[in-house]
Amino acid sequence: MPYLWLLLFFAVPFLIVLKISVSGMRLGMPPYEPLITWITSQAMDIKINLANYAFLWEDALYRNAYGNSILTAAVSTILCLLIGYPMAYGIARTRPSWRNLLLLMVMLPFWTSFLLRVYAWIGILKNNGLINNLLMSIGIIDEPIVMLQTDFAVYLGIVYSYLPFMVLPLYTAIEKLDLSLLEAAADLGCRPMKAFFTITVPLTWGGIVAGSMLVFIPAVGEFVIPALLGGPDSLMIGRVLWEEFFNNRDWPVASAVAIAMLLVLVVPIMILQHVQGRQLGTHR
Amino acid sequence: MTNARPAQRSEPWKEPGAVPYVRLDKLTKKFGDFVAVDDVSLQIFRGEIFCLLGGSGCGKTTLLRMMAGFEQPTSGSIWIDGVDVTAIPPYERPVNMMFQSYALFPHMSVEQNVAFGLRQDRVPGREIAERVGEMLDLVHMRQFAGRKPHQLSGGQRQRVALARSLVKRPKLLLLDEPLAALDKKLRQYTQFELINIQETLGVTFVVVTHDQEEAMTLASRIGVMNHGEIVQVGTPTDIYEYPGSRFVADFIGSVNMFEGHLIEDEPDYVRVASAELGGVFHVGHGVSAAPNATVWVALRPEKIRISREPPDSKGDNCVAGVVSEIAYLGDQSIYLVRLEGGRQVRVTQPNTLRHTGVDRISWDEPVWLSWDSSSPVVVTQ
Repeated sequence: MPYLWLLLFFAVPFLIVLKISVSGMRLGMPPYEPLITWITSQAMDIKINLANYAFLWEDALYRNAYGNSILTAAVSTILCLLIGYPMAYGIARTRPSWRNLLLLMVMLPFWTSFLLRVYAWIGILKNNGLINNLLMSIGIIDEPIVMLQTDFAVYLGIVYSYLPFMVLPLYTAIEKLDLSLLEAAADLGCRPMKAFFTITVPLTWGGIVAGSMLVFIPAVGEFVIPALLGGPDSLMIGRVLWEEFFNNRDWPVASAVAIAMLLVLVVPIMILQHVQGRQLGTHR
Repeated sequence: MTNARPAQRSEPWKEPGAVPYVRLDKLTKKFGDFVAVDDVSLQIFRGEIFCLLGGSGCGKTTLLRMMAGFEQPTSGSIWIDGVDVTAIPPYERPVNMMFQSYALFPHMSVEQNVAFGLRQDRVPGREIAERVGEMLDLVHMRQFAGRKPHQLSGGQRQRVALARSLVKRPKLLLLDEPLAALDKKLRQYTQFELINIQETLGVTFVVVTHDQEEAMTLASRIGVMNHGEIVQVGTPTDIYEYPGSRFVADFIGSVNMFEGHLIEDEPDYVRVASAELGGVFHVGHGVSAAPNATVWVALRPEKIRISREPPDSKGDNCVAGVVSEIAYLGDQSIYLVRLEGGRQVRVTQPNTLRHTGVDRISWDEPVWLSWDSSSPVVVTQ
């Protein structure tokens, strides 16, 4: 039964996109050539066109977009880790009665529309937005600081949106940490900072990897945030795909972009699977 | 390697002018209004195995954690080898601890666990390997050096924890219920192992336990704790045979406690009349109490003789009763004897002869209980 869902909602759409990605471009409906044509009632002609993939490889635009997406996602992941780890640690160490409330507060933004929250950032970051108006009224600056349509805004948007995905797995891992291990380390002569890196980090590594992958994988394909907050030069693969699809009406190339992106993400996805599998294995 | 063991263990606490290795000076720990440790002062001598014995919540673990440095005392001080360590954090004290849960680092092998403390001190690699190997040999765990903690049994983990806590040759080793997680047979074996290791290395041990047998076996001296206070300090013999209070007498082993009042008080004996007993105790030691004072007499079950015939010298120190319950434990039998006044007395007898063919005392038989005048202990509080 679960396999039926998997087939219906994952395998079939994937195969459709794969099929389109190896078709030729065509004007009209549908905007791609059929894969299989029947020449006679018994012979069929299968045309697999790999030109789309070659096109991706040759044009620098796509290579840059892929590279930029991975870079942006990676930097955002690291930022999420640096901000999220102290948050998760703080929540895990407070009184148990407060923890649920704090976790709820971390989750609360998800109750509002993602799109609206990104728009809210526009209102905060724009030239006559919240921050600039505040700073100018105090007198710290004369001219507004350009924050919108920059790489900074994209990082801010991604880190803000994906932080809960980092905090929650980290919290789970940190909460499981046996405090007596840190006492034992101190007893044996280990100073607190060193104990953090030799005991706490290795033992919460599963949470770190899980959180990182949960941020990195979707961030690579992120479209809304770079579209609304980013400038024309922070081109990410999600936006490229959108433009191929809607502006150029080139479904085959768009599909090829999507499949290629999936291939890029195969390695991180496998890492995530492996870590989650290991965590389940050591649970007793 | 080992010296010939002295015929008798030294008893440094008896030597006048002996300097204690560890000194706790009026230690108090309060959590809000709750007083966990109440004005505790102790002297522990070098090479001792000192046991803190008490029930749950008596403060013994808090006291141990203060010695380790994990809790700051509300007042008082801790001195180790002449140095006031009260304000020194745990990673700088010459003290190591063996945790009740062992607290082995799960992501490190046995060898890495044991080497951990030495690495913190930046001991050179070759020396680490040598000392770790030595310690693993001592606890018979050399062949498991590469294993991780989750691949070991409970007893094996305990030995690794012990090795890890001793490898730095601490001045003081604190053990928190070291044998609690082991099954009975393993516990008995490990008790003697622990003593051997301690004697080989000469480290001063402080052990926290709620198990009397553990305390009696391991300890050179025991400190009995109740409600945050040290109630009595002494050797196992002292504690058992000369309890200073009803609490201690009742806490260690089984005891029959009778309330009575002094009718005769001489320097070398006292006589106590007890309505509960329905008779008179003639106790062969003096007692400092007011005349006619209410006292309690503690009589250990194994000190009582049980017989069908009345003892030759009737009068003090004997009483008649009827057997109401018998428990056969193999090595000994426990008899509950009901006295005329309704009071039940617990008597134990070793089964020195095998059961078959012996005419044993049975239920509902009338019997006589008697004991030496040296057996009862009078306590005044």
